[in-house]
Amino acid sequence: MSLYTEFLDGSVVALSRIISHIENRREGYQEVLSRLYRSGGRMYRIGVTGPPGAGKSSLVNRLAGLAAEAGHRVAVICVDPSSPFTGGALLGDRLRMQDIPLDKGVFIRSMGSRGSTGGLAAATSNVAVALDAFGFDTLFIETVGVGQMELDIIDACDTVVVTLVPESGDAIQALKAGLMEIADIFAVNKADRAGAEQMVYDLQSAMEMKAIHSEWIVPIVATQATGNVNLDELYRHIVGHKAFLENTGLLARKRTEQLKKKVEQVLVKSIQRDIDRTLLNGAALDEIALRIMRGEDDPYSAGQALFQRYKFGS
Amino acid sequence: MSEKIRVLLAKPGLDGHDRGVKVVAAALRDAGMEVIYTGLRQTPEQIVTAAIQEDVDVVGVSILSGAHMTLFPAIIDLLRQRGGGDKLVFGGGIIPDEDIAALEKAGVSKLFTPGASTVDIIDWVRKAVAARKKDEKLL
Ligand code: B12
Ligand SMILES: Nc1nc2c(ncn2[C@@H]2O[C@H](COP(=O)(O)OP(=O)(O)OP(=O)(O)O)[C@@H](O)[C@H]2O)c(=O)[nH]1
Ligand SMILES: [Mg+2]
Repeated sequence: MSLYTEFLDGSVVALSRIISHIENRREGYQEVLSRLYRSGGRMYRIGVTGPPGAGKSSLVNRLAGLAAEAGHRVAVICVDPSSPFTGGALLGDRLRMQDIPLDKGVFIRSMGSRGSTGGLAAATSNVAVALDAFGFDTLFIETVGVGQMELDIIDACDTVVVTLVPESGDAIQALKAGLMEIADIFAVNKADRAGAEQMVYDLQSAMEMKAIHSEWIVPIVATQATGNVNLDELYRHIVGHKAFLENTGLLARKRTEQLKKKVEQVLVKSIQRDIDRTLLNGAALDEIALRIMRGEDDPYSAGQALFQRYKFGS
Repeated sequence: MSEKIRVLLAKPGLDGHDRGVKVVAAALRDAGMEVIYTGLRQTPEQIVTAAIQEDVDVVGVSILSGAHMTLFPAIIDLLRQRGGGDKLVFGGGIIPDEDIAALEKAGVSKLFTPGASTVDIIDWVRKAVAARKKDEKLL
């Protein structure tokens, strides 16, 4: 029996092995993904992002349990940074998710970022497709600890929860671009610490401007993940945002945009690989660089000439 | 490019000695592996579930409490029952020589005791994983 057949029979072992095939881009993974894509599309994906140590894992620890209690089939993908030097990684998110009811079938998969710099691993959204096809209907994706601009999560999920802590207060100003703009919901976590109220207030004023232009008013929830305070409130807002997206038709629009981007990515990658193989290997490029240095050519003309050759053949 | 080796490290039972397992975790990470540490007080059930969900190549178990003769076999049995019998189980801690022999007979691939060098541990993991080429049909 093939892994794929076992997967269709509901084998968690097969699911897990297929995820490894996808993650490692082993031979045949694209063909499997093609099939998985066609049998998915029902899973709702919630992204949890925010700076390192803000409590993302601790929040997912509670949220996944609430979703499972509500009768959902829940999966979690948590991404931690891989070392750019050794490639190694300590995948520590799972350690903070001890209360997740594994006996209720919740599936947790840890991933190393493996060189990606956008807050997720390159394979994260493909792994989500496998979980979707397997029958999970709710997915939480935890990003690595991010700064302002690691925003891959917006292309991989439906609702974005941005997690901040009271100490992020001074950073709101700096954070205005990027991270602050992608939040559908804010969790001000570690609200047991001083400054949480001020933080909520500052966020509210920062968001007021945005609210004028949007039908969705970004909720700001003060949470204590470890003390389990206000987690049901946060969960309610997630459910609320899902309903909002569905009722306004925005969910379909969002997913259309994500899929367009995905197709474009596949196309661009194929062309890039083709160019790497045909035009950019060999001595021709060295020769061009030398000509440019001698003042006999320039990057624009040379690039255009290569493009013409690629498109029309030489 | 060779694939990342994935390792689960676990502390079963009530044993709170976690220095050794943390040393091993850091060493394996620095050797380029992806290491998932489950934390303290894990049941064999939790360890096996994590090993399968994470699809690790090896499961490392650290026991300094003296409960190794029950915990190791429990983990191995459960792994086999759940379809994870291909994953190698190894470990370390305070384990007398005669128990090591018995455990290795019972399916534990390798045990390391106090003073074991992390270089040897890394080396063992690399070799053991490389030797265990599985071929399976994807489609
Ligand atoms: C430090 C220590 C403690 C610290 C632990 C701190 C911590 N967070 O880890 C404290 C003070 C809390 C403590 C408490 C206790 N301890 Co104590 N403790 C030790 C001591 C002195 C050193 C352990 C240590 O950290 N070594 C350093 C690390 C780096 O080495 P290691 O753990 O052995 O790991 C190496 C190898 O074993 C191997 N390895 C270990 N795990 C793994 C896993 C994998 C996958 C691999 C590949 C390799 C591997 O590789 C590592 C690197 O070489 C040992 C004695 C000893 N010499 O070992 C006693 C010892 C382990 N403790 C012992 C006891 C009895 C206790 C207590 C019950 C005491 C009491 N009555 O209160 C409590 C129990 C606490 C609990 N909840 O479990 C006994 C255990 C006896 C037994 N097994 O039969 C020992 C052996 C002392 C003795 N001779 O009696 N302890
Ligand atoms: N005081 C307090 N501590 C918390 C709270 N939530 C989480 N923590 C602690 O904050 C630390 C980091 O929590 P994590 O959940 O691992 O944070 P994270 O954002 O997932 O961290 P990374 O994945 O490493 O970026 C842990 O020690 C938690 O116990 C909270 O509400 N209050
Ligand atoms: Mg985390």
